[in-house]
Amino acid sequence: MLKYPLFQSFYGGVHLESHKNTSNHKQIARDFLPSRLIIPMNQQFGSDAIPSVKVGQLIQKGEVIGKPAEKNTTAVHASCSGRVGAIEKHPVPTAGKVSTSTCVIIETNDENNIAAQKPPLFKNHLDKLTAINHAGIVGLGGAAFPTAEKLNRKSSHCEMLILNGAECEPYISCDDLLMQEHATEVLRGALAMMEIVGAELTVVVIEKDKPKAIEAISNAIETIGSKCIRLTDIPTMYPTGGERQLVEALTGKEVPSGKYPIDVGCICQNVGTAYALDCFFQLGEPLINRIVTVTGQGVKNPQNVAVPIGAPIVELIKFCGGYDGEVSQLILGGNMMGYTVDTDQLPVTKSTNCIITTKKATTPKPFEIWPCIRCGECIPVCPVRLLPQQILKAYENKNFEELGKLGLSECIECGCCDVVCPSHIPLVENFRKAKHLRMQEIKSSELSNAAQKRYELKTQRLSSQHANTEKLHADLKESIKESSKNDMIKAAVERSKKRRDKK
Amino acid sequence: MNFPINSSPHVLPITSVPIIMRHVLYALIPSTIVYVWYFGFGIFINMLIASIAALISEAIMLRIRNRPIKPSLADGSAIVTAILIAFSIPPLAPWWLPVLGASSAIVLAKHLYGGIGANIFNPAMVGYAILLLSFPVQMTHWIPPQIENLGFQNIDLWSTVLYSVTGSLPSNLNLDAITQATPLDIVKGGLKNGISINELRSGPLFSQLGGYGWEWINIFTAFGGVYLLYKGIIRWHIPVSLLTSITIFAALFYLYDPNQNLSPSFHLLSGATVLGAFFIATDPVSAAATNQGRLIYGASIGALTYAIRTWGGYPDGLAFAVLLMNLMVPLIDRFTTPKIYGQQQ
Ligand code: SF4
Ligand code: SF4
Repeated sequence: MLKYPLFQSFYGGVHLESHKNTSNHKQIARDFLPSRLIIPMNQQFGSDAIPSVKVGQLIQKGEVIGKPAEKNTTAVHASCSGRVGAIEKHPVPTAGKVSTSTCVIIETNDENNIAAQKPPLFKNHLDKLTAINHAGIVGLGGAAFPTAEKLNRKSSHCEMLILNGAECEPYISCDDLLMQEHATEVLRGALAMMEIVGAELTVVVIEKDKPKAIEAISNAIETIGSKCIRLTDIPTMYPTGGERQLVEALTGKEVPSGKYPIDVGCICQNVGTAYALDCFFQLGEPLINRIVTVTGQGVKNPQNVAVPIGAPIVELIKFCGGYDGEVSQLILGGNMMGYTVDTDQLPVTKSTNCIITTKKATTPKPFEIWPCIRCGECIPVCPVRLLPQQILKAYENKNFEELGKLGLSECIECGCCDVVCPSHIPLVENFRKAKHLRMQEIKSSELSNAAQKRYELKTQRLSSQHANTEKLHADLKESIKESSKNDMIKAAVERSKKRRDKK
Repeated sequence: MNFPINSSPHVLPITSVPIIMRHVLYALIPSTIVYVWYFGFGIFINMLIASIAALISEAIMLRIRNRPIKPSLADGSAIVTAILIAFSIPPLAPWWLPVLGASSAIVLAKHLYGGIGANIFNPAMVGYAILLLSFPVQMTHWIPPQIENLGFQNIDLWSTVLYSVTGSLPSNLNLDAITQATPLDIVKGGLKNGISINELRSGPLFSQLGGYGWEWINIFTAFGGVYLLYKGIIRWHIPVSLLTSITIFAALFYLYDPNQNLSPSFHLLSGATVLGAFFIATDPVSAAATNQGRLIYGASIGALTYAIRTWGGYPDGLAFAVLLMNLMVPLIDRFTTPKIYGQQQ
């Protein structure tokens, strides 16, 4: 098997305590069956699916329960058999935040026979993409972007499919375990993707701290015997797994601001997505499960679990032995970019890759905060090459123009600057607020610009109207004058006529 | 169950300002020991007085500026400033010298600019510069190494304390007899009077590598510096560029005329070169921000130090070089901003 060499090393980043061995020593548990499912209709980027079942209806595992609202969005399926208990609004964790969505609540039964499925057949390329959407397949790395949509960006030629198994965030090990247990399926899924986008090369990227996954994948590459799949092991450093960072390290090209990797000839897909695609192509299975890492010091049996989408987190935790003592916070995603939630009554969605239960609060930092001492530690660690200390200063001065110049909008909120700051300044939190304020500022300035324009138009209109009326008046006066002049002349003529007549 | 909502990243911080300052203080221990070995306990007295003065001025200024006093006092930055000032004043000094140095550093250079993180100039160097300009006599009268067979009259701890407190020595000691200029000073004055380097360096205050005693102080300071590098408290860019640039300039002129110019080893191992490279120029607040900028900053300080030592009015130009470059930091920062990922330049 040929290794794919890195074009250049990664810029920035930090070495973090990995915490992966909390969860990566056990096989993926596949016997988790929750008693209830809360299946959200907004599990994807784009508009929500429309529920297509009725309350009380019996449904089978794999059945469609939400139809795509638009052409480019995905369908939602029942992840277990059961009866529809309710259709109602429920808080749901999505990529980056908790929001409210219409959910189909299913009381599961243990029949669990899967709806009749067979490998799909496609007439053409478009057909295939539609089928992928109907199978509910979205990116499983965390953003939940519809996979068909991503594979369909035809703006330029795709040279390389980057299969992302870097998994650089601490704690998470679901991709690691998936690659160990299902290397062949993952690669088959990648080959299928390659065919769709017409790429010549797939590069599987794995961080060096996953020797077992690396071994499994390289063995599978040899078994498959495909020359167009290569493997590259990248240094264990956070955040090497960022799409843009990977593209730069593998090709030496930067993805221009506001563009996508495809604009420089690359597509990044998560290994989990490739696996889901393979399950669909080989067995006709829609995306109804995902592997979730349940980990942290606050849970009794940390492990990776194949979770039916919509399973309540509280039941999942119970499946993993329950909480171990007092838990200080519940984090969805990794500890660097994940977010805390206030309740465990939320369902697992397609973007939930990890659930961390911590015992010690880490933020708000139980430490002193000092002013920025300009130590510059935050600068060399920023993978986007920003100057966090200057962004902070500009934010404190509310200098929005400067914030724009300093590239605030390019910040990926990776948190590298935050963890190295000796003054314990919550930089990411500040940057998030700064982004928000700046957007408001831009909007309000746009609004005021628009208002200004409207005002100008109006005054223009008014003044032209005014001018028109003036002119009208003037004309009228003129004409009155004219006419009265004429009248006077006429009258005079008349008078003299009369006088003459009298004579 | 209800859980608190916090902002990411959910990671304990790796380091903190007090930890950094503590390591800086640890790193100064070896050179302090060697310093005491050669110049007696005077530096201890100065360190103590300067620290107390620094802490009191810090507390008063925080009070006046209505800032929380405890965290800033506890962060250790005032003590580091005080210790660096103690290193730069003569071991035998009246008490008001360290007091003035430390308090002007804290009040003028730090708090008038807005406190930690907001100062433009390196506070310790401002304190030193003020002392040097106001009290040139007291600041340049060093005591010779307190080594028995060197032929100098030595001074004991008790007399040092007495001098510090009262400003006068016991009647059996004469200030002029026990003080000497520093080696850099002697070379500077000597060269002006047409004495060659060789003749100058045959004096008892000189050794093979530099000033007697100073070479070891500098070498042990470098050990402390390496400790800071190892601990990740400072990055290599400033010390390496500073020392390299001084070495290059010294080597060039030395090769040109070894009789009129000091050797690179002398430049490196006398005065405050190494202390400056690892402990003063690396002060985060007043240094350039990016690695590239720091290379420029360090190299410029090295070059300026050499220039001031060789052609300027002061024997050791490091402090002024640092202060001058502090002024240039905004400019350096402007021109060394890295290109943001994905944006066109
Ligand atoms: S959070 Fe933003 S500014 Fe900080 S290191 Fe990451 S990308 Fe850079
Ligand atoms: S790491 Fe923190 S203290 Fe240091 S420059 Fe950056 S923001 Fe300032």
